Amino acid sequence: MSAEAAAAGAGSGYLAERGWRSWAYTLDHKRIGAMYLYTTIVFFLLGGVFALLLRLELLTPQARYFSNHTYNVFFTLHGAMMIFLFIIPAIPSGLGNFFIPLHLGARDVAFPRLNLASFWIFVAGFLVIIGSLVAPMDTGWTFYTPYSARTQAAVTTLSLGVFLIGMSSILTGLNFIVTIHKMRAPGMSWNRMPLFLWAMYATSIIQVVATPVVGVTFLLLAAERVLGVGFFDPSKGGDPVLFQHFFWFYSHPVVYVMILPAMGIISEVIPVFSRKPIFGYKAIAWSSLAIAFLGFLVWAHHMFTSGMSPLANAIFSFLTFFVAVPTAVKVFNWIATLYKGSITFESPMLYALTFIFLFIIGGLTGPFLGALATDVQLHDTYFVVAHFHYTMMGGTVMGFFAGLHYWFPKMTGKMLNERVARLAWALIFVGFNVTFFTMFIVGTRGMPRRYAEYLPKFHTENVISTVGSAILAIGILVMVWNFVQGLRKGTKAEANPWRALTLEWQAASPPDTENFHEIPHVTDWPYGYGTKKA
Amino acid sequence: MGSLPNFGAASAEAGKVDAVFLLITLIGGFFFLLTQGLLIWFAVRYRRRSPERDNETPQITGNHFLEFLWILIPSIVVVVIFYYGWRVYTDLRTPRAGATEVYVTGKQWMWDVRYPDGRTAINEIRVPQGKPVKFILTASDVIHGFYLPSFRVKMDAIPGRLTTLWVQPDRPGRYQIHCTVYCGDGHSNMNAQLIVMDPREYAEWAKGGGEKGREDEPLPKRGERVVGNAGCLNCHAISGKEKIGPNLGGVFGSKVPLEGGKTAVADEEYLRESIVDPGAKVVKGYPNVMPTYKTSLPPEDVRAVVEYLKELK
Repeated sequence: MSAEAAAAGAGSGYLAERGWRSWAYTLDHKRIGAMYLYTTIVFFLLGGVFALLLRLELLTPQARYFSNHTYNVFFTLHGAMMIFLFIIPAIPSGLGNFFIPLHLGARDVAFPRLNLASFWIFVAGFLVIIGSLVAPMDTGWTFYTPYSARTQAAVTTLSLGVFLIGMSSILTGLNFIVTIHKMRAPGMSWNRMPLFLWAMYATSIIQVVATPVVGVTFLLLAAERVLGVGFFDPSKGGDPVLFQHFFWFYSHPVVYVMILPAMGIISEVIPVFSRKPIFGYKAIAWSSLAIAFLGFLVWAHHMFTSGMSPLANAIFSFLTFFVAVPTAVKVFNWIATLYKGSITFESPMLYALTFIFLFIIGGLTGPFLGALATDVQLHDTYFVVAHFHYTMMGGTVMGFFAGLHYWFPKMTGKMLNERVARLAWALIFVGFNVTFFTMFIVGTRGMPRRYAEYLPKFHTENVISTVGSAILAIGILVMVWNFVQGLRKGTKAEANPWRALTLEWQAASPPDTENFHEIPHVTDWPYGYGTKKA
Repeated sequence: MGSLPNFGAASAEAGKVDAVFLLITLIGGFFFLLTQGLLIWFAVRYRRRSPERDNETPQITGNHFLEFLWILIPSIVVVVIFYYGWRVYTDLRTPRAGATEVYVTGKQWMWDVRYPDGRTAINEIRVPQGKPVKFILTASDVIHGFYLPSFRVKMDAIPGRLTTLWVQPDRPGRYQIHCTVYCGDGHSNMNAQLIVMDPREYAEWAKGGGEKGREDEPLPKRGERVVGNAGCLNCHAISGKEKIGPNLGGVFGSKVPLEGGKTAVADEEYLRESIVDPGAKVVKGYPNVMPTYKTSLPPEDVRAVVEYLKELK
């Protein structure tokens, strides 16, 4: 790392060039990553606004502010935006693009032009999705047929948008697989790779293998609506349950596209702030691949009440339980890493510990839904909503926040205000649990999901949950405000403020366009904390 | 908290489901305390006390015995939970012999009920206590979900297919039925009741076809009852804030703007047609989603509803 680059500080390095062309035509993985991050965070906030509108309506058992139809549109947009435009691309395409080459000690991804193409295809995809709002979707983010084949909403347009987003996702995954195979710095054997890379590798495989299925599914759905070919609508000779199989064959593996990268971030942050080597490196690395593999074998556990044969249900239930094992291994290894460490609680670590705390709750509520007897009761109730948000928001989003706070100095060259960051964390932690833990209770009591109006006996829980969502929203606003303030007037960041050993911290903050002046030589794994070296 | 402390299970099978729920809660609770306890304890106990310690933390990179143990134990635990859940599920799915059969069709947005002897009902299923009852489910438009929370069971109702679900109600009472597969604007109003009756009362009711002692009932009064039972109010309000369809109050005699620019005068024939063939004249600005009542309401009930609507101001 050159001293000049470090001294130059903010607005330097890869950020030095100005003007929109320098962004729109950039081949720099860091700029592309940053563009993904800005875009996905905007959609996260927008999806959050829809969530707040839903919670507002649920303050009273009877519809009060919106019609049932509007409510249905809101929960569809909340789900579709959060899934397709935020949580799937945010970590892989955003942080992944930025940090995979830096972690590898490479100058860029293997195919920089393809990388830029992925981004613009993503933009085309979300523009088409926004275009579909002329007749907004009211199908839920799962688009179940025959409803989605019949509704007046612009399902065909939206299908095209999701198709494009999926294509972008496939190209990004492909790019990352080749990058990780071919661009590792000299000396970086597979077992010296940071665990974030292992997680991203597993993620990319899922993206490449599973995403084509959802692309084909949406094409079939569009063909049914436009050409009247009966794939899914029984009145045209189709089978509505077939759609569910296709949809979940993609959408179940894709929940691991959402969670694995976040787990990768946690595996980086925990050792740095514990000043201790990661516990069980190989087990964590291989459990990512095991989860990716098992994730393909369990899709029909979303369909235990869809009239499948009891034998098929039993097989899918059995396989589903085995996802719990590699997941549990990761959690045990992270906790063991803390043992006898020298732990500090900066904001990245607070979010990482929160990830573990909330993900344990999300994980332990999984067996209720994996076991056939209890799933038949809890399926399509708020219990599922709670479980999903504990794993996806408590898990993935907390991992994303941990990553944003951890890498903020590297990406921007500025430090965040730590006190404000901790205040935001506290609000988010409290707000999240008040909002979503309540949903476990109301779901167990039998309140179905996607209800604009509900029985008065569920009123108390819904009021508590809405109050929680307001606290959560304030926490997130404080966090975003802190990011903006950090960007505008944060103190200058050193190259390695957290004393971390992965290669990105050897580059300047922010890194130069070339990342490294000389490609580093790797002689050891990146977790030798607690020694003189770090 | 309703069903949790007293469980509120309405059948022996529901009690078994609750037992599985309880077992998973206990196992989950144990692992919750273990993992969260260690997480918090380690975080507090091993917080940084002096900067020197940063360079002296032990180089522990793994422990094969521990790692083997925490692969083995979760594997055993999940197989146990799987097995127990599967066994109880198998009980839930195997109907008892001699079950009363009830055909239930989900449609946007109501449950259409038919008994084998030809009786029909909407959003209300009457069954005798203590006897197994088997619901044979289908749907006429999109997928719906037939959910009996007190019995801990649900099954999707799928167009073009028949699916089944059975329960054996232990206690008389009224039990909620919800639709659990999202089906459009009226999804959250697609509720019905399972009424479990004392066997003797049930036999009497079945003989009278549900209409006993009501021959001299005035037509508007009968119409009001039909409107309440037939699910009309799921989608129509009488007055005030509109639901999915137009409000019913004051519609008789009014000029109704139709899709396509025409208008219609809401006379008796218009009202009758709107009930038995709702797609024929669709009111401007409303979705054409109402199902026909041609087969589910006898003509005298339709006439009664029309008389009732005439009285609504």
